[in-house]
Amino acid sequence: MSTSTADAVVPYDEVIAEFDPVLGLEVHVELGTNTKMFCGCPTEFGAEPNTQVCPVCLGLPGSMPAVNATAVESAIRIGLALNCKIATWCRFARKNYFYPDMPKNFQTSQYDEPICYDGYLDVDVETDEGMKTFRVGIERAHMEEDTGKTSHQGGATGRIHGADYSLVDYNRAGIPLIEIVTKTVEGTGKYAPEVARAYVTALREILRGLGVSDVKMEQGSLRCDANVSLRPSPDSKLGTRTETKNVNSLRSIERAIRYEMTRQAAVLRAGGTIIQETRHWHEDTGITTSGREKSDAEDYRYFPEPDLVPIAPDPAWVEKLRSELPENPAVYQARLQAAWGISDFDMMAVVRSGALDLVAETVALGADQAAARKWWVGELTRIANDRAVELTELPITPADVARVEALVGEGALNDKLARQVIEGVLAGEGSPDEVVAARGLAVVSDDGPLLEAIDAALAESPEVAEKIRSGKVAAAGAIVGAVMKATRGQADAGRVRDLLLERLGVSE
Amino acid sequence: MTSELITLTAAETARKVASGEVSAVEVATAHLDRIGAVDERVHAFLYVDTEGALAAADAVDKARAAGEQLSPLAGVPLALKDVMTQKGIPTTCGSKILEGWRPPYDATVTARLKAAGVVILGKTNMDEFAMGSSTEHSAYGPTHNPWDLDRIPGGSGGGSAAAVAAFEAPLAIGTDTGGSIRQPAAVTGTVGVKPTYGAVSRYGLVALASSLDQAGPCSRTVLDAALLHAVIAGHDPMDSTSVTDPVPDVVGAAMRADVKGMKIGIVRELGGDGYQAGVRQRFDEAVTILEGLGAEIVEVSCPHFPYALAAYYLILPSECSSNLAKFDGVRFGIRVGEGDGDPSIEQVMGRTRAAGFGDETIRRIMLGTYALSAGYYDAYYGQAQKVRTLIQRDFAAAFAQADVLISPTAPTTAFKLGEKLDDPLAMYLNDVATIPANMAGIPGMSLPVGLAPEDGLPVGLQIMAPALADERLYNVGAALEAALLQTWGHPILQEAPSL
Repeated sequence: MSTSTADAVVPYDEVIAEFDPVLGLEVHVELGTNTKMFCGCPTEFGAEPNTQVCPVCLGLPGSMPAVNATAVESAIRIGLALNCKIATWCRFARKNYFYPDMPKNFQTSQYDEPICYDGYLDVDVETDEGMKTFRVGIERAHMEEDTGKTSHQGGATGRIHGADYSLVDYNRAGIPLIEIVTKTVEGTGKYAPEVARAYVTALREILRGLGVSDVKMEQGSLRCDANVSLRPSPDSKLGTRTETKNVNSLRSIERAIRYEMTRQAAVLRAGGTIIQETRHWHEDTGITTSGREKSDAEDYRYFPEPDLVPIAPDPAWVEKLRSELPENPAVYQARLQAAWGISDFDMMAVVRSGALDLVAETVALGADQAAARKWWVGELTRIANDRAVELTELPITPADVARVEALVGEGALNDKLARQVIEGVLAGEGSPDEVVAARGLAVVSDDGPLLEAIDAALAESPEVAEKIRSGKVAAAGAIVGAVMKATRGQADAGRVRDLLLERLGVSE
Repeated sequence: MTSELITLTAAETARKVASGEVSAVEVATAHLDRIGAVDERVHAFLYVDTEGALAAADAVDKARAAGEQLSPLAGVPLALKDVMTQKGIPTTCGSKILEGWRPPYDATVTARLKAAGVVILGKTNMDEFAMGSSTEHSAYGPTHNPWDLDRIPGGSGGGSAAAVAAFEAPLAIGTDTGGSIRQPAAVTGTVGVKPTYGAVSRYGLVALASSLDQAGPCSRTVLDAALLHAVIAGHDPMDSTSVTDPVPDVVGAAMRADVKGMKIGIVRELGGDGYQAGVRQRFDEAVTILEGLGAEIVEVSCPHFPYALAAYYLILPSECSSNLAKFDGVRFGIRVGEGDGDPSIEQVMGRTRAAGFGDETIRRIMLGTYALSAGYYDAYYGQAQKVRTLIQRDFAAAFAQADVLISPTAPTTAFKLGEKLDDPLAMYLNDVATIPANMAGIPGMSLPVGLAPEDGLPVGLQIMAPALADERLYNVGAALEAALLQTWGHPILQEAPSL
């Protein structure tokens, strides 16, 4: 939480008119290996604090790391998927700094010899001139270990200042991380926030496709730090950057960068200078606040990790991994788009909302593509945004959505009831069938009660009945509406209409 | 009975235990009694695990009674340097900062010793975190040389060497980063071997300088060292820097003891003016003996050795500054200054380290922190690594001319306690002949070759072999040892004054 008041900001279009933004994105991915980077401890999320620890990940005297081969393989596969070169020989290095959640007071990481380097990822962003591809250069992807987790107890803020004491959970210490660092992202102009979001979205899809991580931003298995700077024009030298942390949803990436641009613009416009610092993103208030100052002079005293031998991946093995890579998400998207027969615009909406896999799975379970998109990209995305969570975090599965659609197809539900079923599933009331049963939401399919309701409605509006009899079939809508109202929406409107026309002896 | 049991070699003890002539418990008891009788004066041990030792010995006796096959060192007592973890047993590394810490796990070396039925008597004194050449930098007081209690037993493994020399244990484990096994062996009249880097797992060895540290055997005979070497060596998946090559037949080599036709190189740069006259004299006599045994003596030059010490004192402090960062009072060991005011975690870490580390440790942490700093790295750490490469090349060229290399182990015999304590540079020079082997990762042995005429104190000769050819040390060492024994008529330690 910030103790400072909100900073001045400049309207976004004025920022764009006066400045050229430059981005740099650092994404940390927790690998989904069964064991930690340098020891055999399990990596399961959410275990009792300090139960998944051993002498190695606690950094006890005498303990030594041993590299997790699966993590190395995952790192290489990520690099290959990001069009990187793979080092033929590289080492780990020690990054030295003192912090209580870092058991050894150094992090075993990679420094000047990353395992993957010099790649790129192309991302599509919708612009005023239609869909445009931006190439985001990848500087490097390297292996490292995660730190423990400190929680500050007491005090009002939950942060270190003002806390009474701190607790450290070392379960996370030593979890394998891949840090993926972009080159400077330039030439995006006003689309900088969208490009950043599209990049992380695309990266997440790739990582998910590789099966190397569960890429859950809210659990921290995918974390993004956004470096932002402004300069007067694309010809000027780079401005001073800030690094915004705690950006833990796709939506926040876009918002945080947009905010930081408007804040920096205000500072620069007022003749101030940007301080190179770490800033914290606040999801609730939509602003960033100053963290610790971080200068280039910060000295981690890197040197090659003498407790580990160098890693020299066999080129033949690397080629084998390359040949076994899953379909590139871009190709996968193109294939799905063709199968569904939808426009670029509609496809973009699916990708942007992070619903691609969800829609694909829902379709695979038998739902119509349009219906699947309608739910995931429309209704459910809106709910996820309202709740400020990822779509995948909503407590509803493609199987649930497909089942709701199946019920609609059978005529057991209409659109309005279907929404109520979805609402029930999201509320934790059980599966779609359970919600239907519990809430009594089935469409009234027995004609008897419907005919009664029709007769009642006709008696209410004899003039409408007359119009219909005289051939003005369009007037039937009013009666159908009245019947639907009377049945509290639980009737099949089509069936009501058929019965009504039959009753009045007219045909269409 | 007691005195007889403590003077036996490890090989003899193992044989007597295996045959049932004596029980392992009797052997352990004899040594525990000896420790009780002399260690107050020698101070080789920081912790004596009477109960654990007797239980381990009893287990060996029971296994024998049950007809189980005993391993070659079963029932032999051993002293473990306090830098090696042993589950549940205090491990201090000679430092105050680890006071009271009982590791929850065994080092790989410890586990292998236990599995082999070796009886661990306790933990031996050492310079704090293995930094020093005299054991005076222990936070728990110095160890005294059994040859002259006013003199240093060498370091950092002075406790292990003194325990062996004082007949408190026939075997000990040492660790050698720049000479900490060999130099104490030299000044106490015992045998000490630093195996090839990576031959023995470092898992559980509290790191000083990871790229230099290596554990090895301390003993009174070459064969005993070989037997212990065979027990502790071999690849360990927990230490990825440990070598995967098969362990050389060191025991076979120690029994062969034949140097006929071997080429033995004298390193020109490791001798001469900086070396005490009596040290040079005994070394020269040993060379004559080796020649008499049929070896061909050649002189080799290693032109970059004069730079080894300077480079070593950049690499070691650099790695040490990082390795010792974990001692911060957060997870283990002492914690200082928590209740004083309302300190930040940084303050508690700082107070703990200031109170827990001794001067020499702080000196090296500061040197290393400086050497690794941005802007200095290339000039110091980077440059030192280049010197290291040059030293490796010197060795490669020398081993093209000779099967093994020899030199005096240390420039002088044991000096007086306190003599060099205030002069770090003079202290560092004790390791001038042993450091090159660590810089190149090659194996080295020190064995006694007599007493210096001027002070009557032991002189050590160092043998060095190419990486992974550790067996050559044992072959040459055993041959020289046998010839010297014949000359003297008795083991050299019989010359030591009785304690």
